[in-house]
Amino acid sequence: MQQVFTRPQSLKDVPTHFCPGCHHGTIHRLVAEALDQFGVQARTIGVASVGCSVFLYGYFDIDVVEAPHGRAPAVATGVKRAKPESFVFTYQGDGDLAAIGTAEIIHAANRGEDITVIFVNNTTYGMTGGQMAPTTLVGQKTSTSPYGRNKAKDGSPIRMAELLAQLGGVAFSARVAVDSPKHLMQAKKEIKRAFQYQVEGKGFSFVEVLSACPTNWGVNPIAANARIGEEMIPYYPLGVIKNEENL
Amino acid sequence: MGAIEAGCRYYFGYPITPQSDIPEYLSRELPKLSGEFIQAESEVAAINMLLGASACGVRAMTSSSSPGISLKQEGISYMAGAELPGVIINISRSGPGLGGIDASQADYFQSVKGGGHGGYRIVVLAPASVQEMYDLTMHAFDLADLYRIPVMLLGDSVIGQMKEALVPNPRPARELPEKGWAVRGKGEGEQRVVKSLFLGDGELEAHNWHLHAKYQVLKEKECLSEEYETGDARLLVTAFGSVARIAQTAVAMAREAGLKVGLFRPITLFPFPEKALARGAEAAGRVLVLELNTGQMVEDVRLAVGAGVAVSFYGRPPGAGSLPSPEELLEVIKKQYV
Repeated sequence: MQQVFTRPQSLKDVPTHFCPGCHHGTIHRLVAEALDQFGVQARTIGVASVGCSVFLYGYFDIDVVEAPHGRAPAVATGVKRAKPESFVFTYQGDGDLAAIGTAEIIHAANRGEDITVIFVNNTTYGMTGGQMAPTTLVGQKTSTSPYGRNKAKDGSPIRMAELLAQLGGVAFSARVAVDSPKHLMQAKKEIKRAFQYQVEGKGFSFVEVLSACPTNWGVNPIAANARIGEEMIPYYPLGVIKNEENL
Repeated sequence: MGAIEAGCRYYFGYPITPQSDIPEYLSRELPKLSGEFIQAESEVAAINMLLGASACGVRAMTSSSSPGISLKQEGISYMAGAELPGVIINISRSGPGLGGIDASQADYFQSVKGGGHGGYRIVVLAPASVQEMYDLTMHAFDLADLYRIPVMLLGDSVIGQMKEALVPNPRPARELPEKGWAVRGKGEGEQRVVKSLFLGDGELEAHNWHLHAKYQVLKEKECLSEEYETGDARLLVTAFGSVARIAQTAVAMAREAGLKVGLFRPITLFPFPEKALARGAEAAGRVLVLELNTGQMVEDVRLAVGAGVAVSFYGRPPGAGSLPSPEELLEVIKKQYV
């Protein structure tokens, strides 16, 4: 009998700790599938960030270095320079990458480090209890923006995929979502394309993944999933923003 | 030079006076050796690049000066927690705040007591000459690998900027353990994870006991100090780094004047050479601590020597014009000499 679906080899056979309706598990799977497809699991070094994503090493069957909050791109730089033969990716949330780690992501990208960054944007700080993130939408209520994000005082949400695409060192930048089968297939395609850049040694690649955090959004998984299409995608348009080598 | 001869091929740093000679030199030399030099976007990024490279098992380093070292404390704490080796050169300057670039020993506490969060220790070495800067850099890489611990060389603008004769003295590394913990891409082997997060019941306590035990072994085995004219001394002058150089001249002048004065110079500030100091202090009966700050190492001296030893202190806060002359220290020695 032909096997048509199985757990990716790069993922461990363990249940995750993620909340019901959280997309981390889905995104983990997409990343693991891409690692498998390129056959790079054995030479992969993942860099975990601070937030719900820190437990990366519990789910991926790969070597992992844990980075301080926001510093994953700098840690990944050290790893890749020390072991250029390795396949290196970071997996970071929006507070980690777009707030406390802004300098590290911009400069790793600008140097064109040969790494891949998976950026999970759920418009909030998940691990710490749903505080306002740099990606929180205007008007969105969080535990530290109880009256809604105020553009005049808190600024506008940052579109990282577009911002990074401006930089000379960035070879590939895309934004995807995982809220529907169609978007999932696109996400899978762009994550693989990002990995291909690194496999071919063609520079820094970046994929922003719009995802849900039902617990901290205070809605059920179905409503959370729906919010991605209704509120996030209109502000954070999906698509490939930069594809320098037309891979 | 010491770093290169110790096999270090990876440097990550950020410009800051008075240590920019180090990145300038290594930016020129490392590419010739197929090494990597990165001028990082910040001190924070530099220490985290070091963290990443060290996690791969290679010998790597960074360098900075006091305000920059403050920024690196986050990464140093993470490295200490994850038991990562790595060498950090601190050519310190005066403070607090932006302070000044003059010779300073104001960062003894920050360096020796674990300047970042979490109650860790790192090895701190205090060279007092260009030769020692070179020798101790090689030693630092060995200690870092041997004990899986960050090692700091603490100097100042006197030690970092002066020109002195240097005898190249490359030596084989000490016998070092395999780095079976380093990430490499798991291949067919077991997953390796470099981390400092321990959430399981009892896990973090056990990890901290493990770190504590390592610090005890360091205290037992790796203390370094130097003694000058201590044999019959009735006053034991104690100083480290640049001040020890000036103190040595003052002690020589005191000897010429017929005073039985000796100099005890800690070379490792952590582990602090308590036992050797206590022996010398007990023999002399009196200790005079000289520092270029208002009293930091003196606290460790007081803890190290017995209650029967009188400990006095002379120091000046660092800043332009505050570096004491040998004559000034000689006067202090004369006052304390009974």
